[in-house]
Amino acid sequence: MTPIDMAIQAGIWALEILAIAAPVALSVAYITYFERRIIGWVQVRQGCNRVGPAGLLQPLADGLKLFLKETIIPARANKLLFVGAPLMSLVPALIAFAVVPFGETSLFGIWDTPHVMAISNLNMGLLYVMAISSLSIYGVLMAGWASNSKYPIIGSIRSTCQMISYEIAMGFGLVTVMMLAGSLNLSDIVHAQAGGILHWYMIPLFPMLIVYFISGCAEVGRTPFDLTETEELVSGYHTEYSGMWFATFSLAEYGAMILISLMTSILFLGGWYAPIPALDIIPGTVWLLGKSAFLIFVFIWFRATFPRYRYDQMMRLGWKIFLPWTLGWIFVVGLFIYTPGLDSIIDFWLAWR
Amino acid sequence: MLETAFFYMFGGMSVLSGMGVVLARNTMHSVMFLIFCFFNASGLFFLLDAEFLGIILILIYVGAVMVLFMFVIMMLEVNAAKLREGFLQYLPLGGMIAVVLMIEFIAASSSGVFAESAMGAVTHMGQEVNNTKEIGQILYTRYLLGFEIAAIILLVALIGAVVLTIRERKDAKYQNMSAQVKVRREDRVRKVSM
Repeated sequence: MTPIDMAIQAGIWALEILAIAAPVALSVAYITYFERRIIGWVQVRQGCNRVGPAGLLQPLADGLKLFLKETIIPARANKLLFVGAPLMSLVPALIAFAVVPFGETSLFGIWDTPHVMAISNLNMGLLYVMAISSLSIYGVLMAGWASNSKYPIIGSIRSTCQMISYEIAMGFGLVTVMMLAGSLNLSDIVHAQAGGILHWYMIPLFPMLIVYFISGCAEVGRTPFDLTETEELVSGYHTEYSGMWFATFSLAEYGAMILISLMTSILFLGGWYAPIPALDIIPGTVWLLGKSAFLIFVFIWFRATFPRYRYDQMMRLGWKIFLPWTLGWIFVVGLFIYTPGLDSIIDFWLAWR
Repeated sequence: MLETAFFYMFGGMSVLSGMGVVLARNTMHSVMFLIFCFFNASGLFFLLDAEFLGIILILIYVGAVMVLFMFVIMMLEVNAAKLREGFLQYLPLGGMIAVVLMIEFIAASSSGVFAESAMGAVTHMGQEVNNTKEIGQILYTRYLLGFEIAAIILLVALIGAVVLTIRERKDAKYQNMSAQVKVRREDRVRKVSM
């Protein structure tokens, strides 16, 4: 490889990364707008409608405000980790997008075989996403500790316990997907669900879909599980953060929310395939983003609907309900795969036999 | 060439961060250095085409084990002056261990096992070789017995931990969820005629 080739390759990689990071940042800004409008609509009020037509410029105004605000670092804080913590929570949220396949394209017939639209079509995509999303704990934990303040540390410890507990249920839920698809590659998992809505994994794995989505909700710390930022803790681990550093935390939170929605659509809702094969003339990316947009709407809907969980109720849900449920479903799926007679039922979804 | 550069980067970074773990004054900084060290080690696994091991290293060690470590360390009260008290007393023993380890490393590296000629010049495997599948295949066929024994040991440890920490306390308070849910208006509200 000559240096010129290498430079071209590096440029392509940089463009690929930019093509995912920039839309993620932009959609985070507009999800905050839609969240306020939707909650306003649910609660029979207007939501933000002053800045720009129908309030559409509100996210930009908010961004500008946060950017211009002074960043305050508490005197007794550990400066290095205090500044590093928001980055430590943002980086995992963004690099997890590297393996997400956004669809398949042959570039209007230029390529003979359709290529998967992902920065890296990694063989272990699913494990990679699990590993990377478990790293976001550190940002939260560091933020709480480095602030050197009571409420942030209580918030961050709560948050960490919550994330660890729900990660286990999430991981076991994904095992059933691996059992059916026989692969850890995200695009292979989507290919295994080709052929209409009956082939989607939400049919045989419906309880796992519920467990995965609710655990995702807890993992991100969205409303029924937002004990980490309750009023009694003065907004938890980001009490001491202001301005851009605070915005970085919310960017990470909403980025993780987008990731959970994308992963749920890829793993359980058929990824880029249409519910009816005839509708596949609409590009797959539109389907995938549409499904994810619906799931993001469900997140917001949750926020407008449910009251907050009590801490012991939340722990009970994670350990005493979701964990046995997922373990039981692994057992059931395994039983169906290897019992003669029953295997004819599951063969409809099984990709590897 | 690029691979060699990456190898030296990961290797050097892991050695430096390993030194950081020992030398950092702040225990929290030590933990962060250790995490960084794990990342570099997993980078080395990636260079060896062992993606599965690399990812699992991050998933288990960084994602789970180090979080628990950090929990414990956050709660510790570290007094730097007290730690340095017995420094001279422990120096001979520590120095001896270091010297022995050093000699062992040198002996191992000059024994010929790691000589250039002994290393198989293996070319990289293609993308179609699935790491996970290969490891699973060999783990569940050839090494099944060892794998199952390890699983049983882990299960015993798990149950042991539960048994050791569970304490029967008469005054322990707990919530009965189903009773809470079943509560009706009549159970709590009473009409009083004034």
